[in-house]
Amino acid sequence: MTQIRVKKQFIPWLLLAPSLIYLIVFMGLPIIGTAQLAFESDEGWLGNFKMIISTKDFQNAVLNTLLLAAICIPIQLALSIFLAILVNKKFKGYQTLLYIIASPLALSDITAALISYSIFAPNGYLNRILLSINWIERPIYFFGYMFKSREMLVIIITEIWRATPLVFVMILAGLQSINKEYLEAAEVFGFNSWQRLWKITLPLLKPAILSALLIRTLFAFQLFGVVWLLAGRDITVLTGETYYWYVFMNNKNVASAYALIIAVLTFVVGWFYIRTIRSRYEEEGA
Amino acid sequence: MKIIYPLLFILIACFFLGPMFLAFVASITPASEFYDYSHIFPSRLTLEHINKLLFTLGGFRALIVSIEVALISIGISFALGIPAGYAIARYTFRGKDGVKLAMLFTRSLPLIVVAVSLVTVYMRLNLTDTALGVALAHAAMILPFVVIFTSSIFSSTFIEYEEAGMVFGLTRFGAFLRISLPLALPGLAASAIYGFIMSWNETFAASILSIQNRTLPAHILATAMASPDYFKYAMATVMAIPALIFIFIIRKYLISIWGISLK
Repeated sequence: MTQIRVKKQFIPWLLLAPSLIYLIVFMGLPIIGTAQLAFESDEGWLGNFKMIISTKDFQNAVLNTLLLAAICIPIQLALSIFLAILVNKKFKGYQTLLYIIASPLALSDITAALISYSIFAPNGYLNRILLSINWIERPIYFFGYMFKSREMLVIIITEIWRATPLVFVMILAGLQSINKEYLEAAEVFGFNSWQRLWKITLPLLKPAILSALLIRTLFAFQLFGVVWLLAGRDITVLTGETYYWYVFMNNKNVASAYALIIAVLTFVVGWFYIRTIRSRYEEEGA
Repeated sequence: MKIIYPLLFILIACFFLGPMFLAFVASITPASEFYDYSHIFPSRLTLEHINKLLFTLGGFRALIVSIEVALISIGISFALGIPAGYAIARYTFRGKDGVKLAMLFTRSLPLIVVAVSLVTVYMRLNLTDTALGVALAHAAMILPFVVIFTSSIFSSTFIEYEEAGMVFGLTRFGAFLRISLPLALPGLAASAIYGFIMSWNETFAASILSIQNRTLPAHILATAMASPDYFKYAMATVMAIPALIFIFIIRKYLISIWGISLK
């Protein structure tokens, strides 16, 4: 009997082992490698970090990353909740609308950047349209070192366009799991649709919103292609600096220091994410 | 009140699809009309830029590398991930929640944090600048996702069927092979396609880990800034079309693929 139980306990771990080992080899160990490289410098073990922190580029990268997250995420969230509630009304053609909204999920960050460039470029569609209706006389420039705040604006619009679908899909999944009976009961008690939204739907949607928020925050530190292609280093972000120091400055130690900072930020937000998910496991008693 | 839905539909569809359509049109606009502001849309269309991008500027080679990388990484992550997903779905064991959470956590780790240090490892293993090297990294990105998704697929395919099969003399493995696997196949195919898109779109690690044998996004990242505008849009078209087709094929699964992170 004990032998069978031992064997039974053994089987799932046997099935899990290849995956776990693979992730340790290709994720776990390389992160330790990143840390080793990051702490390797001629000026003591904190040398790279001291150098990074003293540069304006780093301060800007942190500020820009935070600023982009602070502007994009609330807009994405509000837009997603609106879209999810709309799609969930199940009007005629809602299924089609769902796929249309989800379609940018297929796009890479660099693809999104190039698509956005086709609109905001000096000879892009926005300028063409504005010129043809005589609103402007010369093309408006959105890109270039001189126009940082316009570049920022374009990046924000692109990010909202590209990443809202992800938040939308997560919110919609949450919305679909809400028990309809609560809403029907509220209707019976005379709640109008606005009250139902604020008193029933949104509170029940809170776990989904929280997960979506944390996932978005995690991805905010990974923001790379959109910024790099649209603004280069005019607008620095943490990932862009990692890339710059590795590819252009050929310095893997400083690049690793940046990567380690991203890793630490990911760990912190990821820890909150896991905690909210775990507390939900416990609430459900699963 | 009824009119508001069609109106919103059109507005939202324009917002999400419009930019893709415009970039696509730009990619087939003749070069001579790019700086002609007199009209918005081109008077004729051409495949010249896409052709040039693919066949003279090395796009096709990069595309092949991209497909190679995606297929290898899907192969690895599914070979390793399916047993793990099955174990989480079918067995109760101590530490199961820990494993699930660890998978969710690794899924949120970007390859950015490992790419540079992988280069130093790859140099020793002669893996730098190979499709296999990039694929190994991409497999690490896709694997946690495969484990999470397959476990949810297997826990929704009916255990009763499998047990009935075992009553009729199948072994556990036989029951898995003949009952659960066929039932799970559509979901597995959907997640394989999603894995393909993840790898197809990954830019950072692919750029760091390859020099000559670049994947398509890495090739674009390295060359887009210096290319004339019409090549930029051709790049967007070449990147977007396969991914859009794939996401259309798996459209029914999108909610469950991302909804799972809520479970």
